[in-house]
Amino acid sequence: MSVPYYVSPEQIIKDKADYARKGIARGRSVVVLQYDDGILFVAENPSRALHKISEIYDRIAFAAVGKYNEFENLRVAGVRLADLRGYSYDRRDVSGRSLANAYAQTLGTIFTEMPKPFEVELVVAELGEESADDQLYRLTFDGSVADEHGFVAMGGSVELISGLLAERWLPGLNLAAGLALAIAVLAGDDRTLAADQLEVAVLERSRQQRKFRRITGPTLSALIPETAPIAEPTVDTEPTA
Amino acid sequence: MSTSHGPLLPQAFRGAGSASFTEFLAAHDPGLLPSSRYLSGTLSTEVPHATTIIAVTYQGGVIMAGDRRATMGNLIAQRDIEKVFAADEFSCIGIAGTAGIAIEVVRLFQVELEHYEKIEGVQLSLDGKANRLASMLRGNLGLAMQGLAVVPLFAGFDSETQVGRMFSYDVTGGRYEEHAFHAIGSGSMFARGSLKKLWFPGIDEVRAVSVCLQALYDAADDDSATGGPDVARGIYPVVVRVDAAGFQRIAESETSAAVELILSGRRSQPDGPRAAAQE
Repeated sequence: MSVPYYVSPEQIIKDKADYARKGIARGRSVVVLQYDDGILFVAENPSRALHKISEIYDRIAFAAVGKYNEFENLRVAGVRLADLRGYSYDRRDVSGRSLANAYAQTLGTIFTEMPKPFEVELVVAELGEESADDQLYRLTFDGSVADEHGFVAMGGSVELISGLLAERWLPGLNLAAGLALAIAVLAGDDRTLAADQLEVAVLERSRQQRKFRRITGPTLSALIPETAPIAEPTVDTEPTA
Repeated sequence: MSTSHGPLLPQAFRGAGSASFTEFLAAHDPGLLPSSRYLSGTLSTEVPHATTIIAVTYQGGVIMAGDRRATMGNLIAQRDIEKVFAADEFSCIGIAGTAGIAIEVVRLFQVELEHYEKIEGVQLSLDGKANRLASMLRGNLGLAMQGLAVVPLFAGFDSETQVGRMFSYDVTGGRYEEHAFHAIGSGSMFARGSLKKLWFPGIDEVRAVSVCLQALYDAADDDSATGGPDVARGIYPVVVRVDAAGFQRIAESETSAAVELILSGRRSQPDGPRAAAQE
């Protein structure tokens, strides 16, 4: 009988973490930042159907990078958890904190117990009554949670983007300025990003009950003045969310 | 399985499944479904009942209105109950029948539509919504047989054909598309008679609201379970509109003004406006 190799727990954890980190870094980035009327989500994502940004509940939204099937699985679970809680208690009893906790526990368990960790990184954002009450939770593949303020970047060349945001983000930016900043940091110095390469959504304080709104088509093009208008038929001017 | 979840997301939440919240509840926590309740005997007159709901189409969409009374046998259970709700951004639902179960069905239906929209990223078609409601009523048949029937009226704006449409139901979940106008509940016979005489094709929004309020007045006139406008307490029918811009509840200042106009007309003609007889 052959004796299996001894691999130290440190090595196993390190290997898993390296594996997950590499997977996440391969993808394109997502930027989440606070602006004067809410929270803005910008992803570099040419797909119109496979979203990286989604609505979870009235005041809660979700952004993710990494493997689509893995974060989609978590997104659907989050929608089910939020809807079940809101239905059995009340809509006000659904909080971003409890959702972030559930994700953290789930990711942590998968990281330690499964041979392959999830290659995902998430942001759970909850809109408060005022911008000081907004919550941004960043969750990594091993289940760590960080409570962020102002802005979060994930995926791709995250260090570079976070550094740029730290230099240039200011509280109280308006939507157009926030979007311009997000696009500038996502594109870097030697590229430009057009509206059809972006997925943009907001949690908007001035909206009624459901605060989430996707910004697409002409509405998006109008917010990015330097981009040439994109000639494509759009149906989603006032999104259904 | 209970609603007090531990911090971990259970496997049931993460499994691939349908986009239906009702099906998810049925598998994960069936006790939360209205249809999961059983009782012996009947208590149909001992629980509050909701009464008359009206829907009419107009040029831009559809108007739905409901009176504010809930009855319990010969008693008035509530004077200011609301029986017309937004189902989602482009549809509304009004309820008649056992109020407690009806309101629960409405809540579940609202979550069902929103849940589908969030999971799938698109809204259900209007027919899809109407069919979902039918299947939820079918699940309620056992309770209906014991006297706790729920009968909704569902209306919405069809974004494909750009018209307002409405659907009525029976307790078995039968779904029937209605055209022009419809009324449900105990005062519906009188309301429908009134609507027949007052509604006309191509009616505008203001007239449509007025026609609904007239029909509710006529229903309250002859049906004790339907409440008329309560001017002393400032309780007026709930009137909502669904058009291309979505669901909008008509402001109480507008309905109260329309009601005042109807009341002043009825002082000289207590039976309301007269339809012209054929020459």
